[in-house]
Amino acid sequence: MTVARWFDQRSRAERMATLAALPLLLVLIWTVVYPNVAVIAGSFGHWREFAESPSDVEALKNSIIIAVASVVASLAIGVPLAFLLTRFDFPGRTLLRAAALLPAALPPLVGVISFLFLYGDTGVITRLTQIVLGLQEVPWHLNGIGAIIFIHAYTMYVYVYLFVSAGLERYEASLDEAAVGLGASTFRRLTRVTLPLLTPAIAGSALLVFMSALGSFSAPYVFGGGIRVLSTQILNSKLNDAIGLAYVETTVLAISAVAGLMLFRWLEGKRAYVAAGKGGASRRPVHSRWARVALACAAGLIVLVLVLPHLMIVLVSFAKDGAWTTQVLPPVYTTHNYAGLFTENQLWTPIRNSIVMSVLATAANVVFCVAGAYLIVTRKFSGRRLLEVLVALPWAIPGTAVALGLLATFNKNDIAMGKILLVGTFWILPLAYFVRDIPLVSQAVEGSLRQMDPSLEPAARGLGASWWMAVRRVVLPAARPGIVAGALLACVTAVGEFVASIVLYTHGNRPISIEILAQLRSYAFGTASAYSTLLIGLVLIMALAARIAESRMQ
Amino acid sequence: MSGADDGLVVDNIARSFNGQQAVDHVSFEVRPGELVALVGASGSGKTTTLRIVAGYEQADDGRVLFSGQDITRLGPSKRGFGMVFQHYALFPHMSVIDNVAFGLEARGVGRAERRRRASSALDRVGLGGKGERMVQQLSGGEQQRVALARAGVIEPRLLLLDEPLSNLDPTLRQSTRDELRTTLKESKAPALFVTHDQDDAFAIADRIVLLSRGRVLQTGSPEDLYDRPVTRDVAMFIGHATMIPARRNGEVASVTIADVTHAVSLSSSANVRDGAEGAIVLRPEAVEIARGESGDTWPVSVVGRRFAGAQFVYRVRLDDDLVLDVASRDRIEVGQAVGVRVTRPVPMVP
Repeated sequence: MTVARWFDQRSRAERMATLAALPLLLVLIWTVVYPNVAVIAGSFGHWREFAESPSDVEALKNSIIIAVASVVASLAIGVPLAFLLTRFDFPGRTLLRAAALLPAALPPLVGVISFLFLYGDTGVITRLTQIVLGLQEVPWHLNGIGAIIFIHAYTMYVYVYLFVSAGLERYEASLDEAAVGLGASTFRRLTRVTLPLLTPAIAGSALLVFMSALGSFSAPYVFGGGIRVLSTQILNSKLNDAIGLAYVETTVLAISAVAGLMLFRWLEGKRAYVAAGKGGASRRPVHSRWARVALACAAGLIVLVLVLPHLMIVLVSFAKDGAWTTQVLPPVYTTHNYAGLFTENQLWTPIRNSIVMSVLATAANVVFCVAGAYLIVTRKFSGRRLLEVLVALPWAIPGTAVALGLLATFNKNDIAMGKILLVGTFWILPLAYFVRDIPLVSQAVEGSLRQMDPSLEPAARGLGASWWMAVRRVVLPAARPGIVAGALLACVTAVGEFVASIVLYTHGNRPISIEILAQLRSYAFGTASAYSTLLIGLVLIMALAARIAESRMQ
Repeated sequence: MSGADDGLVVDNIARSFNGQQAVDHVSFEVRPGELVALVGASGSGKTTTLRIVAGYEQADDGRVLFSGQDITRLGPSKRGFGMVFQHYALFPHMSVIDNVAFGLEARGVGRAERRRRASSALDRVGLGGKGERMVQQLSGGEQQRVALARAGVIEPRLLLLDEPLSNLDPTLRQSTRDELRTTLKESKAPALFVTHDQDDAFAIADRIVLLSRGRVLQTGSPEDLYDRPVTRDVAMFIGHATMIPARRNGEVASVTIADVTHAVSLSSSANVRDGAEGAIVLRPEAVEIARGESGDTWPVSVVGRRFAGAQFVYRVRLDDDLVLDVASRDRIEVGQAVGVRVTRPVPMVP
C-alpha cells in the first residue's frame, strides 16, 4: 500500500528510471553488497582468534605502515617530477615525459618479477654492484617492508604524477603571477598559493596510492620474506582451511580501506577549491649551462631506471630456461619460450583462458555500466544516489577481499539464500573480473556522458525521436569515447589480474598471472617472462588503441 | 480565454521543486501567428514554464491545451512543437544538415526527401552550402540559425525558444533580434520564447508575459507594459524608472519632494484609487532639467554626468535617498543646483 502510494506520487519519468535501475541495483546488491555481508557474517566467532594471533596483529600493523609509507614515497617522487616536467624545459624532457608513464604498463605481478630479476639476490643490478665494489656478500637483500615500499614507489608514483600534472596543466597561471606581483618569494608562492590549490589533485592521488598499497598482494607475496600483511594472511588462512579467520582478516582489511577512503575524502573536503582556470602557464626553459647538463643527466638516469624493468622482462623472455645461474646476464638466448606459448597446449591454455574470461567480463561491464551511467547522469530518481555509491563500491574493496566475498557467496546452490555454486567452475573468475572493473568502466562512461550537453537527449525527443532512437543516435555516440576507454582499460586489468585470481582459480580456468607464478616457482624464468612480455605488449597495444580511438573521435 | 481554440492555452499551471514553488499557477495564451515572450529575472519560473509547455517537465497542477486538445500529459516527442535550446543542443557528432534533418528522420521521411527539405531550411536561414560542416566549425550566430532551422523544418505547430539570443555577443545580438522576428513571422507558426532581456522582448514579441517568483505580474503588448505598468515590480523591471511616492488626486498626483509639492498629471493608466497613496513612475524621457526658477520645478543637485553620444545623462539627487536620471543636451557641471520638471503624463502604481 505505502509502496504503491509512493510510486503513484512520482512522475512518469521518475517511475521509469526507478524501474530501469532496479535490475542494476539487484545485481549490485547480489554481487557486491551481499558477498561483503557474507564475509562479515562468516567472521563472527573468530574475532578472538584474530586478536590473539600475534601474526595477524603484526599483519594489520604492517599493512598500514606500508600503505602510509607508499603514499609518502609516491608523493616524494611524483610531485617534484610533475613540477619539473610541466614547468621547465630542458634536454631530455620529452623522453622523460614518455617514460614517466611506463610503470603503468606493468601488470602487478610482472612488475614484481622484473624487480626480482633486477634487484633480487641474483639480480642483474645486485650482481653488478657486488662485482664493481668487489664485495664478498650481495650488497642488499630485496625483501621485507623496505623492498615492498620500493616497488610500490616505482609502480604507484604514476598516479601522483598524472594527477598533479593534470592539476598543473589546468592551473591558472595568473594566480602565480598575482602572487609574484604582490611580492611573494618563490617559496612563499609555492607553499601559500600553488600547493594549496593543488591539494585536490594531491589528495586524490594519495588516496589512490593508499588504497592500492593497502590491498597490494603481489609484492608482499613474492618478496615479503617473513613479513606478513593482511592480504597475504587472508590467502594463507584460506589455504590452511581456517576460513573463519580469513573472513575476519578480510573484514579488517576492508574496514581499513573504507576508513582510509573516508579519511582522505574528509581531508579533501576541507580544501575544496575550484581552481580550474584556463591554464596557460608556459614552461620555462632552463638557461644555466650546468643546470641543463645536470638535468639532462638526471633525466637520462631516471629514464633508465624506469625502462629497466621492461627491458629486463623482454631480455629474460629470450633466455633459455635453466641456463641462467650465476652469470650477471643470461648466457644463452632462444625464441623457444615464445614458440612454446603458442604451440604447447599446457602453455597456451592460460592465454586462451585469460582472453576469453576478460572479454566476457568486459562485455558484461560495458552493458551494465553504460546502462548505470546513463541513468546516473541523465535521470533523477529515488535510488540514484544508491546506484552511484554501489557502482563505485568495489573500488574501495581490496581485490583479496572481493575474492573472499565471492568465495563466501557463490560456494553452494541455495536459492533461498540467494547463493549459487560458481566457486570451482569457470564462471567465478569472469564474475570476479566483472565486479572489480565495474567502477572503472562506470567512471569512464559517466565522464563522457557528463561532458554531453544535457539538452541533447531532450532535443532529440522534442524533434520526435523515440527513446531508443535518441539513445542510439545521440546518447551512445556521446558516450563512445568513455565506453571505448573504459572497455580497453577493463580488458587490460582483467587479462593481467592476479590478486582475486589466486584465491579463486581452478586448474581449468587458470589465467596468465597464475601460470607466470607457477613457471617462476619451477625456475622457468624465460617462460614466465615470455608471458609477462605478452601482457606488457597487450597493455601497450590497448593503450595505443584507446589513444587512437580518442583522437579519431575529436 | 476567448478565441484561443487554435493556439496554446496555459491554464493555471504550477510546479514545485523540493518545496519551492517554481511556477505558481501561471496562465496565458499564445494565439495563432503570435510571438509571445516570457520575461523575468532568473528564478522567475520562465524556463520551467517553457519546459512544461514543451513537455520536459510535468505540471503538478493545471493544464496545457493546444488547439483545444489537452496535452498536459503528452510526451515531448508527440507534441509536434519545435524547440530551440539555450545552448542550441546541436548534436556535436553530426554534420549541420544531419542535425537539421534529424526531426524528419524521426518522422520516417526518406533520405533524399529529408536532405532536400533540410537544405532548403538551411537556405532560408542563410546557411546554404554549409550543410556538410560539423557544427563546432560554425560561429555562435550560425549555430543559433542551425538550431532555428532544425526546429522549423519539422513544421512545428508551435516554436519554443529558450533564451535564443543569450549566447551571442552584444553587436551580433542587435542585428539578430530583427532577423529573428522576421524569420519567426515568416514561418507563420506561433512562437513562445523565454528571455531575461526586455530589449529582446520589445524587439521581437507581439505580447509579453512578465513573470516574477513564479507568478504572472502582467501580460500585454510591449507598449502596455512600458506605459501602463500595473505594479511597482513591473515598472521596475520594464525600462529604466524611478518611483516617487505620491497621492492620487483625481487626474493628477500630488508629489512632495524636499517639502516642495507639485501636481503631476497622470496618464490614463493610473492603477490607484482616488485619494490613495502610491508612486509615480518617472522615466528619463518624461523629465527635463530647467535652469532658473519656475513654478513647477523641484530643486535638485547634479551628482553625476555620463556622456551618451547625442546627449548627456545627468544623475540628480531629489532627496536624501531619491536619485533620478535625466537626459539633456546642455552641459551642466556636477554639483550645480538646478530644477527638474515632469513634462508629460506619467503612470502611477500602488
